[in-house]
Amino acid sequence: MRPRFLRGFWKLTWVETKVFTREPMGFVATLVMPLVVFIVLGRALGIGKRVPASGLDIPFNPAILAAVLIAISAVQSLVSIISIYREGGILKRLRATPLSPVTILGAHVVVKLLFTVISLTLLLLAGRRLFPGVMQVNVFSFTAAVLLSTLSILSLGFVIASVVPTARFAQPISGAVVYPMLALSGLFFPVDRLPRAFEAVAYLLPTTHAVALLQGVWAGSGWGAHWVNVAALLVLFAAYTALSTRVFRWE
Amino acid sequence: MIPVIAVSNLGKRYGRTVAVDDVSLEVFEGEIFGLIGPNGAGKTTTMECVQGNRVPDKGKISVLGLDPQRDANELRQRIGVQHQEAHLQKRIKVWEAVDLWRSLYPKVVDTDALLARLGLEAKRNAWFMTLSGGQKQRLFIALALIHEPEVVFLDELTTGLDPQARRAIWGLVTGIRDRGTTVFLTTHLMEEAERLCDRVAIIEHGRLVEVGTPEELVRKHSPERTVVFTSDDANVGERMQGLGTVERAEGNGATYTIRGTGDDFVTEVINIIAREGIRVRGFRTEIPTLEDVFLKLTGHAIRD
Repeated sequence: MRPRFLRGFWKLTWVETKVFTREPMGFVATLVMPLVVFIVLGRALGIGKRVPASGLDIPFNPAILAAVLIAISAVQSLVSIISIYREGGILKRLRATPLSPVTILGAHVVVKLLFTVISLTLLLLAGRRLFPGVMQVNVFSFTAAVLLSTLSILSLGFVIASVVPTARFAQPISGAVVYPMLALSGLFFPVDRLPRAFEAVAYLLPTTHAVALLQGVWAGSGWGAHWVNVAALLVLFAAYTALSTRVFRWE
Repeated sequence: MIPVIAVSNLGKRYGRTVAVDDVSLEVFEGEIFGLIGPNGAGKTTTMECVQGNRVPDKGKISVLGLDPQRDANELRQRIGVQHQEAHLQKRIKVWEAVDLWRSLYPKVVDTDALLARLGLEAKRNAWFMTLSGGQKQRLFIALALIHEPEVVFLDELTTGLDPQARRAIWGLVTGIRDRGTTVFLTTHLMEEAERLCDRVAIIEHGRLVEVGTPEELVRKHSPERTVVFTSDDANVGERMQGLGTVERAEGNGATYTIRGTGDDFVTEVINIIAREGIRVRGFRTEIPTLEDVFLKLTGHAIRD
């Protein structure tokens, strides 16, 4: 017998994919925004160069920022979709069918990961053309790292989606979580230069480990060198998923 | 007769608010059963407990011999539901929704014929958000019927629809019953309950006030009958006064209002008119409706 969560899974995923592509704003925000940031900042600062003006001895890399933005826009899109579906009774209606709860939410995760890959592919292709010579990253390894990061951040997205009261609050609340997360991620300044308390918080956030892993993979080191970050992303994924199964609201 | 749905002493509270206090009811095969009452009376909560989508605090429920909580998966295959004020994905096409729902059940009806019967075949490629209120509700009826359920639950099906769309939906619902499916619906529209339901239960503050066919309830609780007629003859009011079971006869110009009680009252007035040889220009009766019954039983009118 087929596992229950597979009943309707691919059909629902395909429907959600089509529905998402019909929504012009979400589509643009997911595919275009990270690409524009990458190109504009890449032109201005270079890819993987040091930032002379900041005086900080860290390589600020627009490619990593864009990759993290891809993951974050997936999460923001997820939070707003879930809250709209809940408010409109769509989640409740799907729940009253033989679809399993895992299927109903899992379809959205697959759609988000699919668009993450598309968005990342566009970014790498644009990078090859616009910044020849500096895009020597291992494409598969980098894509896998972005997917793992997205998955881990998405699981936090479900926790956020659980506490968002109505669809109107989806953007502000997810923004209030996501932007500080981005600031503490180590992308702009090293995590160990943060005050002690902030540093502790930073290590509990998936973005911090995502940035460390992506920077490592970009620099050519293997996943083994970053097993701590990989393990942290997996543990956070498990923890946020467990938490959201307890606090998730269907209506 | 074994009931399709049997509920005894159902209770459900949300925090300190008692939504359903103590509800017992039975629904029989092939009937349209209506749970009627104002918003917040406990209609939806009762229905959702019966569907297995909400866990009751107390009481026993049996649907098609199944326990809605324990046998939730099997029950979902055998019942069809439509939720109050439900939506689908804004940009899902009608055929995509139907196709998705089809894939979830082992046995399904001919969906082309179903869409045709519901008047949706021209809307197959339309996005959900572009459908009118009536079309959306007809799509939800289609989705509820796709797997040939034995019981269909319709929660406030026509709320917010214009009278014309409402009438079209009523026709569809009686069609569902005529094909042998049991229908359990909620409504706060008394006219809808009276037109559609074989039996109704009046619910208020989470308790059932009365159960029966609409005619039974009207006969039992509102036996008053009124005959209004117009006549140019002289002294008609006085001639009607005190005859038979006439309780009150009032004249206003040429229009006379005669009040009495019971099923035989109208016949009696006709006989009196004939016997007295009164020439009548116009004649109508005023018979109480479920709305009057509701007012009498609860002390207030039901409003949107």
